[in-house]
Amino acid sequence: MKTDEKISVQPEDTRESVTFGSDRNKDFSKEPLCLSGKGVTRVFHTGKTTTVAVDHVNFEFHKGELISIVGESGSGKTTLSKILLGLLEPTEGEIFFKGQPRDISTGAKKKEYWKGIQAIFQDPFSSYNVFHKIDAVLLDCINMRGGKNLPKEKKIEMMTEACSFVNLKFAELTNKYPFELSGGQMQRLMIARIFLLKPDILLADEPTSMIDACSRATILDMLLNLRNETGMTVIFITHDIGLAYYISDSVYIMEHGKFVESGRPDEVMLTPKAPYTKRLISDVPKIHEPWDLSTVEIK
Amino acid sequence: MAKKMLEVNQLTTKYITRQGEDVYSVDHVTLDIEEGKSLGIAGESGCGKSTLALSLMGYYFPPLHYTSGTIVVDGKDITGLDPDTVRKTVLGSDVAYIPQAAMNALNPTRKVGKFIEDVIRAHELPMDKKQIREMAEQRFAKLGLPVDALDKHSVELSGGMRQRVVIAVSTILNPKVLIADEPSSALDVTSQKMVIKMMKDMMAQGMVKSMIFITHELPLLYNVTDDIMVMYAGQIVERGSAKEMVFDPIHPYSRGLMRSILVPEEGTRDVKLTAIPGTPPNLKHPPIGCRFADRCRYATAACKVNQQPLLDIGGGRSYRCAFSEKELREVYEREDG
Repeated sequence: MKTDEKISVQPEDTRESVTFGSDRNKDFSKEPLCLSGKGVTRVFHTGKTTTVAVDHVNFEFHKGELISIVGESGSGKTTLSKILLGLLEPTEGEIFFKGQPRDISTGAKKKEYWKGIQAIFQDPFSSYNVFHKIDAVLLDCINMRGGKNLPKEKKIEMMTEACSFVNLKFAELTNKYPFELSGGQMQRLMIARIFLLKPDILLADEPTSMIDACSRATILDMLLNLRNETGMTVIFITHDIGLAYYISDSVYIMEHGKFVESGRPDEVMLTPKAPYTKRLISDVPKIHEPWDLSTVEIK
Repeated sequence: MAKKMLEVNQLTTKYITRQGEDVYSVDHVTLDIEEGKSLGIAGESGCGKSTLALSLMGYYFPPLHYTSGTIVVDGKDITGLDPDTVRKTVLGSDVAYIPQAAMNALNPTRKVGKFIEDVIRAHELPMDKKQIREMAEQRFAKLGLPVDALDKHSVELSGGMRQRVVIAVSTILNPKVLIADEPSSALDVTSQKMVIKMMKDMMAQGMVKSMIFITHELPLLYNVTDDIMVMYAGQIVERGSAKEMVFDPIHPYSRGLMRSILVPEEGTRDVKLTAIPGTPPNLKHPPIGCRFADRCRYATAACKVNQQPLLDIGGGRSYRCAFSEKELREVYEREDG
């Protein structure tokens, strides 16, 4: 059955969409430094073997910049992210937070540091405390930002705002547990948490790898919106090269604990110089260029 | 015309939940694959891709149940057989299945060579140990896998290698249809490429006569399969050649999916990524009209109450929408400016 009706198009998402253009190619090198490291190294000793997971890496992350750290499994991405979060101590090298040497020697100092850096992890299903309802999760964030004594109405208003930022309805979420949501919704709730916490740095470790391609677009869009609105630095850790190319302002390619290449995504992804990057890019299936299967040896 | 390797007609299967509710996650699916061809299945999580893969084997175990329809593999109807017969005569020889977590499918206490023996024994083929070993060695050499892997335990192999071993073991009897459910999504790009290369080699050498490849990674699907079929809420919404589906989709849902593709190629950075708002419907209570109507930008009041049949427009293309191809194309053109 075919209808004779003319197609009327409904407006796209009502939410303001990200505007690219000049902003997409902004030069962040003039912005103040947010997080930087010199000669950061981490060595693991297991029995007689020694593994250098992160090997003398240098980096400079500027305020408001979206950085991607790209590498295959075992390249040291996760170790580096743990070092950045202060969950692991580097065996060598120094890290500077907002220009000052980072000091997380005591529990209280660590807590202070974590007000400035927050994370979203790969597996949303294991990121939440299963005994806490969603309101409690969000309320915790408000309390952490010093909003403990705010009137209840104000708190609800803030939580509603955070939820609507990620296209969730707070009224439908109250009295629910996080595990009642889908993976994409959970990850969005994580972003709502970050929206309330407003840290200086957000470290996102493969936040979309467990989510299908379609919800991935929504999450990336929200992360970009969050960055644009709050000006926070976002460190994106991923193995998805297409995604890193799309989202980031600068890209670091990691192999065996070292950064082999870094720079603007256009330079690194379209005209790679390091042999490792070249191989990595050529191994990604593309849609406009042919995917040459003969370049890979089965071994 | 090439011989049809797989013909599925109006296949419907359901899950029965613990509360006793029926969830039809494969709903009147009709498809066919010719010899030497491959078909990709795309769609969001929860749209019935993996359930379709399970249903196509003809091997049902609760909570999945067969309801109606036929599956014909190379002229042989495999529907309605009891599970034991299916296991002995269909799986492995007619239809082989590679599950999503195939890497973890190997028993850690046994050597790889033993798995091949198991397959032969399950099919009650008259072969002794030496012959099986010879056959396994030949197959591994042909696929470029090291022969000494046969004497290793699965823990001694890398993830990509394990995946390739599982594929080699499950196709040892030269199945007519290989169903691969996300065979490479847990792997690095390089290991992924090796897996794909091996699968393509198997097709070229006739070890596998036809293939169904399921993934939500559209650039991968585009490079691997001849045809792509998009599923939504248990139904097929569009089918066409890989090129047509990626560059010229007709159905609004397929168009939405194709717009979420991310590849490191020039120009893709400047295109705004668009997501389809909302979530797929709950199939416990499917919408009475078009299942995509609630999320569709072009839906009319009629769409929400009228179901649409899958319309064949020739050239191997079909789609399920109330609007004509021309109307949809016009509106897409207007939108793209």
